[in-house]
Amino acid sequence: MTRLAVPKTYKLYIGGAFPRSESGRTYEVLRADGAFLANAAKASRKDARDAIVAARGAVASWSGATAYNRGQVLYRIAELLEGRRAQFVAEIEEAEGVSRAAASAQVDESIDRWVWYAGWADKFAQVAGNANPVAGPYFNISVPEPTGVVAIVAPQDSSLLGFVSAVAPALVAGNAVVVVASERFPLSAISLAEVLATSDVPKGVVNVLTGSPAEIAPWLASHADVNAIDLVGAGALDWISLEIDAADTLKRVLRPESGPDAAAPALGRISAFTETKTVWHTKSLR
Amino acid sequence: MSFLDYAPAPESRAILSLRDQYGLFIDGEFVDGRGTPFQTISPATEERIAEISSANQADVDDAVAAARRAYDRTWSRMSGRDRGKYLFRIARLVQERARELAVAESLDNGKPIKESRDVDVPLVAAWFFYYAGWADKLDHAGLGANPGSLGVAAQVIPWNFPLLMLAWKIAPALAAGNTVVLKPAETTPLSALIFAEILQQADLPAGVVNIITGAGDTGAALVAHDGVDKVAFTGSTAVGRAIAKQVAGTDKKVTLELGGKAANIVFDDAPIDQAIEGIVNGIFFNQGHVCCAGSRLLVQENVHDEVVERLKLRLSTLRLGDPLDKNTDIGAINSKEQLERIRELSDIGVAEGAERWSAPCVIPENGFWYAPTIFTNVQTSSRIAREEIFGPVLSVLTFRTPAEAIAKANNTPYGLSAGIWSDKGSRILAVADELRAGVIWANTFNRFDPASPFGGYKESGYGREGGRHGLAAYLSPTPIGQAATRQSLAAPATAKPIETADAAPKRTRRTAQRSRTDSATKGSKR
Repeated sequence: MTRLAVPKTYKLYIGGAFPRSESGRTYEVLRADGAFLANAAKASRKDARDAIVAARGAVASWSGATAYNRGQVLYRIAELLEGRRAQFVAEIEEAEGVSRAAASAQVDESIDRWVWYAGWADKFAQVAGNANPVAGPYFNISVPEPTGVVAIVAPQDSSLLGFVSAVAPALVAGNAVVVVASERFPLSAISLAEVLATSDVPKGVVNVLTGSPAEIAPWLASHADVNAIDLVGAGALDWISLEIDAADTLKRVLRPESGPDAAAPALGRISAFTETKTVWHTKSLR
Repeated sequence: MSFLDYAPAPESRAILSLRDQYGLFIDGEFVDGRGTPFQTISPATEERIAEISSANQADVDDAVAAARRAYDRTWSRMSGRDRGKYLFRIARLVQERARELAVAESLDNGKPIKESRDVDVPLVAAWFFYYAGWADKLDHAGLGANPGSLGVAAQVIPWNFPLLMLAWKIAPALAAGNTVVLKPAETTPLSALIFAEILQQADLPAGVVNIITGAGDTGAALVAHDGVDKVAFTGSTAVGRAIAKQVAGTDKKVTLELGGKAANIVFDDAPIDQAIEGIVNGIFFNQGHVCCAGSRLLVQENVHDEVVERLKLRLSTLRLGDPLDKNTDIGAINSKEQLERIRELSDIGVAEGAERWSAPCVIPENGFWYAPTIFTNVQTSSRIAREEIFGPVLSVLTFRTPAEAIAKANNTPYGLSAGIWSDKGSRILAVADELRAGVIWANTFNRFDPASPFGGYKESGYGREGGRHGLAAYLSPTPIGQAATRQSLAAPATAKPIETADAAPKRTRRTAQRSRTDSATKGSKR
């Protein structure tokens, strides 16, 4: 006799907790063959705002942690993901309808990207910053600092790899993020949130919304407490309008990307969400 | 006669040989503009200086076309070494004609000659000298090997540092291999037009730099032009916002240097003499027409009275008057409009309950003037503590603890600059870490250097000018082995590679929309 399975309820991830959408809405997530897979929470404007509040609250401690510490925390995500490899492979197979080999490759690459970005945490400032030889008796140095709260529309055509590729670089410098997961493949993002919740990532640093990016993204683009928006997965949306909305508060904007190289690992993804701060200090023997 | 009375010591205007009329500088020549010409006046006397051409849409088209030709045929093909040599030449010519430029600047802008002579113009030369050396070393700019230039840069600059802002814009653009169409501010076109003569003397290839004068609509036409690959703007946050909206969805790369409301934080252990000088320099330098001006003084409560008293004493010794007089500390407000804005906000400060004190100076009969002014008893919510006044007006607030100082300093949508005054190095560095601003001056203020990046957080804009970072604004990075996909990262609006610049169709908002649909299709097929 076969055992009756216990399906998981997928909820949002906001401020370290897993709430349902305050709107009470859900939408059906389907397998590749069209069969019902799960109900996912359909996040509302209020959920987006709650997520931004949670992210803002987390910026100070996350950006204030030492770079070494942030690197270890990000590395620990890779460790935990490795341990739950089988779960993610199965989830991706089911959701995307791809072969086990393809799903495994996606999980492996996701883990490796966490490792790659983890290693940048205590190095990117040395590459992106420098001392400035000014013409006067001043100590003068430029260093990159996190931009603050970054909203992300995750790549829409991938369950896990796209999500990780967009989120990891934004975290390296100490930003907190609000991510809208793939509308069609949201489940891995929520499962990853379970990994984050049990790793050492402080609550509020990563907040995950599932639902309709077309509905949620405009609220993120226009919100005054969001400092930057990554539209990497917004190619199918009216992203120009989102960019125009973002201009009202002069947000930093990254444009949509598509294809297998979308959000490919790059130092540029880290520095896109940093601000260069230059400090002058007088020098004197007296 | 008190010790404060000095005999007049005006700098001679004889060094200037101004024309009565100036055309637009397009394709290496001065040509008449097709818009309605306007007069540029001295804000200190309201006397006419010269008639200036105004560029209409057709002139903007010509200037952009000239810049595109120069980019395709000359500048993008020239070796970095030779580009650098032209920039070195320009730096030297600026040094040679420094006094003339300083006099023209003070005449047209109203800033004291001691500032234009000792700050603006030397920095202009330094800026060209610094970026000249970068032109053949772009591989080391941190953007990968062989970073690409962008193409034609549209640059719109403000009236507060007319020639210095020109240098901040043109020097890195040319070093990186771009060509330029620059629009100076309507009220301060003079030094840019003399600079155009310097370009002729330097034998810079025609069209590499084009300078078009006019009002806001000329600048808007330039920024909106389809033939432009890069927009660099320094000015108000309102206009910056409008530009960001206008270029959304296009391939134009943008840098914006916008407003500020800098906090200048004075702790009770600060070296008080230096701090007083620094506060004065922070807000009264250039009549306060400085985007990074220290317009919000945050004083630790226990030294508030002493600091304010000493500030008033010091301000009483400042000499306001003829910008060309070598003894002048405070020059003229640049325009009638700006003077009215300062008066309006200042009156609002009084209406909101702050106490106004102005230095007792004799205001000249003609011209636009505003005496150095301090507001005390200012509330955090007051408009004079929140809005950029862009004039010689200082708002004084207090704090008790470093945490309160940091919270108050960051309580603004701007994030351009900040100052910290304290004798304790560890505290300075800790506070500097917490301030959300692009430039922090510790025990100094309003220092500028071509090697030092400058630019803001939040609504003070994006991108940096100066230093290695300033080059990134005019280059597109080429990830190693990924030349084909270099459009994807960090440079959302990259230009095409140099060789195909001619053939590649300009991507307008409409074509951007189309390719967006394409990529969406591609994505779903995957």
